[in-house]
Amino acid sequence: MRNDMFSVLRRSPFSITQTRRFAVRICGMVACLMMFAVVSPNVAQAFSDEELRNIAEQLNDKSSTKQVAIIEEMAADGDPRVAPILKAMLEGDLYVRDSDEHVVIATKKGKVYTHIDIISGEEAGESSSKELDKIKVNNRLRGALRDALATLNLFSPDHAVRTAAVEQIMDARDPAMLPLLLRAIEREDDETLLARMNLARATMALAAGENAEERLAAIDVLASETTPQIRAVLSQFVASAEAEGIEPEVVTAAQDALDDVEGRLSNWQTLGDVYRGISLGSVLLLAAVGLAITFGVMGVINMAHGEMIMIGAYTTFVVQQILSSVLPSGSPWSLIIAVPAAFLVAGMIGVVIERCVIRFLYGRPLETLLATWGVSLVLQQATRTIFGATNQQVTAPDFMSGAIEFSTGLVLTYNRLWIILFSLIVVAGIACVLRYTAFGLQMRAVTQNRRMAGSVGIRTGYVDALTFGLGSGIAGIAGVALSQISNVSPNLGQTYIIDSFMVVVFGGVGNLWGTVLGAFSLGIVNKFLEPFAGAVLAKIFVLIALILFIQKRPKGLFALKGRAVEA
Amino acid sequence: MNKKLQALMGAGALALSVMTMSAAQAADTIKVGVLHSLSGTMAISETTLKDTVLMLVDDLNKNGGLLGKQVEAVVVDPASDWPLFAEKARELIEKDKVDVVFGCWTSVSRKSVLPVFEELNSMLFYPVQYEGEESSRNVFYTGAAPNQQAIPAVDYLMSEDGGSAERIVLLGTDYVYPRTTNKILRSYLNGKGISDEDIMENYTPFGHSDWQSIVADVKAFASAGKKTAVVSTINGDANVPFYKELANQGIKAEDIPVVAFSVGEEELAGIDTKPLVGHLAAWNYFQSVESDANTAFIEKWHAFIGDDARVTNDPMEATYIGFNMWKQAVEQAGTTDVDAVRQAMYGQEVANLTGGMAVMNTNHHLSKPVLIGEVQDDGQFDTVWETEGTVVGDAWSDFLPESAKLTADWTYPWVCGNCEKPMY
Repeated sequence: MRNDMFSVLRRSPFSITQTRRFAVRICGMVACLMMFAVVSPNVAQAFSDEELRNIAEQLNDKSSTKQVAIIEEMAADGDPRVAPILKAMLEGDLYVRDSDEHVVIATKKGKVYTHIDIISGEEAGESSSKELDKIKVNNRLRGALRDALATLNLFSPDHAVRTAAVEQIMDARDPAMLPLLLRAIEREDDETLLARMNLARATMALAAGENAEERLAAIDVLASETTPQIRAVLSQFVASAEAEGIEPEVVTAAQDALDDVEGRLSNWQTLGDVYRGISLGSVLLLAAVGLAITFGVMGVINMAHGEMIMIGAYTTFVVQQILSSVLPSGSPWSLIIAVPAAFLVAGMIGVVIERCVIRFLYGRPLETLLATWGVSLVLQQATRTIFGATNQQVTAPDFMSGAIEFSTGLVLTYNRLWIILFSLIVVAGIACVLRYTAFGLQMRAVTQNRRMAGSVGIRTGYVDALTFGLGSGIAGIAGVALSQISNVSPNLGQTYIIDSFMVVVFGGVGNLWGTVLGAFSLGIVNKFLEPFAGAVLAKIFVLIALILFIQKRPKGLFALKGRAVEA
Repeated sequence: MNKKLQALMGAGALALSVMTMSAAQAADTIKVGVLHSLSGTMAISETTLKDTVLMLVDDLNKNGGLLGKQVEAVVVDPASDWPLFAEKARELIEKDKVDVVFGCWTSVSRKSVLPVFEELNSMLFYPVQYEGEESSRNVFYTGAAPNQQAIPAVDYLMSEDGGSAERIVLLGTDYVYPRTTNKILRSYLNGKGISDEDIMENYTPFGHSDWQSIVADVKAFASAGKKTAVVSTINGDANVPFYKELANQGIKAEDIPVVAFSVGEEELAGIDTKPLVGHLAAWNYFQSVESDANTAFIEKWHAFIGDDARVTNDPMEATYIGFNMWKQAVEQAGTTDVDAVRQAMYGQEVANLTGGMAVMNTNHHLSKPVLIGEVQDDGQFDTVWETEGTVVGDAWSDFLPESAKLTADWTYPWVCGNCEKPMY
């Protein structure tokens, strides 16, 4: 925003100071007027250079009440030079320079701070942090600054900035902003933005309206929209209507509008629950799909499965550390490279575990359980010894930060969206491997009838090792995705092991599609229960329901048919 | 002749006893037990405290030890397993014969070791903020009681500078500390005119990682038009995904500030804090506080741990204060005998790292200053509010009717941790 404004000013042949100096020149005036018509609601600056410097210096006051008053005063007249100052203050870049007690904007590069003069916007020396005192902001000031900036930004030439400003004003609903908003409505020519502005005006007009007609008109505008803010505006209005002596017909209209909005919002709420359920389901699916192979296909009760996920997450961390010198943080490449790396590392560790421990224990489930439990403890403590007990930070690439926000209050976060997609790709990949490759064919043959497979020349031991490696490698891939939403700590695996077993048992041991369906249905049921029962009880309910279900159908949703089952 | 013989024998006996004493002294060290989890879920927080005690012991030995003896730290690992805490505590006291124990983090682990310390009359220094409602003769609580953390934090949220919050969301992990703290807070908020319908309470299991619904619920709760703030007693690992979700759903601190009681510099080390600037934490110490004592402590820590990037936090300061108080009390009592040291503990003063003096009160809680800090983009906190002077730790909350009438005072005539009237 600051850059936009300065660039507009710089492009003109007249900088602000020059404008004042040559104000008598008519051609200068014309150029100036044309320029400010875009940038500012007022033609001229509201402050002289000296006034602006003086008032900005008062921003460094001890009392935040005073500071808020100064901010409001600075923003009130829409002087375009105020916005960069307030924006810098909001971002913590506004300092008082020790040498001359001037307020400057300073940007940090390494250990050197470059000063920018608040009036001219030009560089004004540099120093270390010692010569600067930061003007501290707290949440109250941040709120005031954001509101002030919003009113200034209503006149920004940038469409996106104006949109954000209108949303901020709608959140603030401060009647004091109404005059500037009205002025902005007159100037606005974008249809959608104009509608939002009118909506914002209606939120203020409802409370500030003079008579019944004005209020009814405002309610009409409000009722056409579905956002949580409007519900708040209406319910506040209805609640305080009686005390303020509002006409009964207005109150009834407001109540009807409120019911409408609430009805529509609750539909969106349900949609949100479904989405969150699918998202939880995709996480469960990722965590469980490796287990669907080691436990489901091979029948190994693999308690070290969670640790394979953890190893995948740590591989992501290591890959990011190695690549951090080459790639900028936020680059998607480190995650993409981490996927095969995690598959190989976890897969190889899986093969080693199978060859060294599990192959001696086939057909002895209890001993496998204890042995793999021991392996999981060894892996956890080994990780703790190598990387330390503290969490490691895996940075999220830019495409996974942020969210799609609907005005109805529904938020779809990008990291969850990508994980849903990723889980589906992984499952599709496994299905292809099992269905279309020679290895997949051998694997299915060995699970269905080991002796027959051996008789036709399949090296069953070799296939066992590779199958276990495949399951572990997929758990490693899951670790890459989970590193984005979970803690990369030695305990990462423990969080997911129970859930993974639940999904595989529910879906039906030995069936990939059962795992998929199991994961999504458990996720959705969980998310629908959570708002009523709370996270703890929801989990308990799901567990009890699962136990009852298993009593009825011991083999899960999709029971495997054939000789393998009887064997 | 008789007299001479007597004198001679007396001298001989004296010489003998002096000799045995010095021999015993040479072989003898003062043993300090360290009871912190080095594995399991709590290792993330507790390992640091183990290192802090080792650093303090190391420092003490370099400066000539205690009562002329060297101090030896005995480290055990209760592995985040609550019953194991009790076993390990017994082992430290009975087998290793330690003179004092520094340890525990979660309240469940403290409740688990409590009977052991009382039965064997040993001494525990507990360095973490907790829910109060307890005062044991054998425990010194150097972390914050609710009135030294939770109550001032809520006061700040409701003040103008804190954003004048009128609706409060209480989020916590499902165990004794958050439940008790929130019970106290609810009754305090009700007293301040915030009705139950403006309070939302929600508990999640340890290590909860899917915060989508809860954060969305908080957002919906906050959209009712009244200014809303969140008080978080979420513990341990679950904080990282919680803050990530806050950032992703675009909840800004000036809209819905979150004040946390269990999130310090160490916990923030695993998160990108840029989207979290402005969220709050209430503690008695922040690494960013500028004082000579703090700078020296941080330098010593970096030198000991060999990593300049490691942060310091509040429980470390509480360990530091507890250790130094114990040292002073032992010096004053001239012995490590538990009963003598306990008497010497009362009124013991140690300089806080943030300035001012911490004083041990007769209810076994400290008087300490309370600070509220905002998260900065470098993972540190910036103090935005602090109490004038120190706040006396209150074992029994004044805001719960059943505990308001209880008094903890281990000196005559009370000699009791939970009595309505004096014992004597």
